[in-house]
Amino acid sequence: MKLTATEIEIAGILEKDARLTNDELAKMTDLSVDQISQIVKKLEDQKVIVRYVSLVDWTKIDGHQGVTAMIDVKVTPKRDVGFNEVAKRIYRHKEVKSVYLMSGTYDLSVQVEGQSVNDVAHFVSQKLSTIEGVISTTTHFVLKKFKHDGTIYDSDDRDKRIVVSP
Amino acid sequence: MVLKTSYLANHVQNLKPSGIRKFFDATAGMTDVISLGVGEPDFVTPWNVREAAILSLEDGHTSYTANAGLLELREAIAKYVDDYYCVSYDPAHEITVTVGASEAIDIALRAILDPGDEVLVVEPCFVSYAPLVTLAGGTPVIVAAEKENDFKVQARQLEDAVTERTKAIMICSPNNPTGSMLSKEEMEQVAGVAEKHDLLILSDEIYAELVYDDLYTSFAAIDGMRERTILVSGFSKDMAMTGWRLGFVCAPAEITQGMLKIHQYAIMCASTMAQYAALEGLRNGRSDMAEMRKSYRLRRNFVVESLNEMGLSCYKPEGAFYTFPNIESTGMDSESFAKRLLHEERVVVVPGNAFGDSGEGYVRCSYATSMHQLREAMKRIRHFVDNL
Repeated sequence: MKLTATEIEIAGILEKDARLTNDELAKMTDLSVDQISQIVKKLEDQKVIVRYVSLVDWTKIDGHQGVTAMIDVKVTPKRDVGFNEVAKRIYRHKEVKSVYLMSGTYDLSVQVEGQSVNDVAHFVSQKLSTIEGVISTTTHFVLKKFKHDGTIYDSDDRDKRIVVSP
Repeated sequence: MVLKTSYLANHVQNLKPSGIRKFFDATAGMTDVISLGVGEPDFVTPWNVREAAILSLEDGHTSYTANAGLLELREAIAKYVDDYYCVSYDPAHEITVTVGASEAIDIALRAILDPGDEVLVVEPCFVSYAPLVTLAGGTPVIVAAEKENDFKVQARQLEDAVTERTKAIMICSPNNPTGSMLSKEEMEQVAGVAEKHDLLILSDEIYAELVYDDLYTSFAAIDGMRERTILVSGFSKDMAMTGWRLGFVCAPAEITQGMLKIHQYAIMCASTMAQYAALEGLRNGRSDMAEMRKSYRLRRNFVVESLNEMGLSCYKPEGAFYTFPNIESTGMDSESFAKRLLHEERVVVVPGNAFGDSGEGYVRCSYATSMHQLREAMKRIRHFVDNL
């Protein structure tokens, strides 16, 4: 679909900070609040903006349980539907947070979240590896997230400038 | 033996300290302060640029460079100036790498001024211009850009101020503190005055990359002006490298050789690791600059709209990262406004008169601060203005 430069700009701004109000967006882009509402609605209706999210660092919360695994999956593609059919069978599971088709030595990269290593192990052995077309899986557990979606989790971003300068 | 009452030279004793200092001291010990008083980017220098400096240290580049700076860097500057400022300089004889644009302005003035020579200093302007003219033995002649013209100096004003002692016009566009930028036509008119009276233009173009609506025009690129322009710029603002202290100055060979004499005796050469960093910035940093520019533009629009909405009239500045709202509607002078705003709402702005008497009635609000902070600052200023 074709979008105008302004519509693309608004999508870009909201991708960085979804909490900006229409009034703020209007001021930033020299448009009226009405125009902004229309653009945002169009972006939402067309599913260009798919969802608004917050990046939460769960490790900051005491007692938080949870593990993330990145699983490399090798797949036999099917005639006519290629990888789509298998991908669909995988991403329908709610434990699965993302599925990408990859170039290289395996085919699908699957991100899974669970309460514990056992949870994930159970999912891989009982659900994922039994799907028709899945040839093999290699599971990697995430130990620590340093940077996610362009954001460094524990960055020292204090303003180090002096308060007044010419 | 009787000690003199002061060992300081008279002209230094008579030099006024910068008005900005006072404000800096006033914020000491205060917490939860949002500063719109900062004249530098909120971005940290891009990582590839910082890494280049680190690698240069690892590789042992810790000695002096040529006085004028690394030839490689001067070549990269020549290419960049040719590309963006649209004017060509010979890297071997017409470019000097300096310790910030500040040093460039200092050595330019010292190179061209005989005692008593006059320099037309367009105000409001960066705090150092008039004092540096004085320190170089010259006489600053203030030409106050008028608020009616959004602080864009008019050729007739310069014309009126020219005497037979006038040697140069000192101008900064896009401007600190006003954010105003002369149009190409206005620059041509200023150039006309310079040509008519055989004057130099000392053009501080440190904000050249930070323009948001129109294409940028350099004074040196105006017809016939290359030979009478000293083009000062640097890496501080557009590449977020203020602390590195690295600038450059381009000028015809005779003037460059004059400046270089002062530079070699006073400075020797700019910091070597900073030069390697800047080289990386010129080679691979232009997309970072574009990103920062995009972000400044959005914030500029937001701040200008917000200020106008709360009744502080503010034209839309074409460049730099400052807005210059008029605060006369509050009935206060610039300093009282800034002081009360600091104490009552904990927001720092700089009174306009710190940049020359013509800035009275205005305050400088920098938008080189995150949207998050700007949003809160606008809320506080609005609360302040509404409750006067």
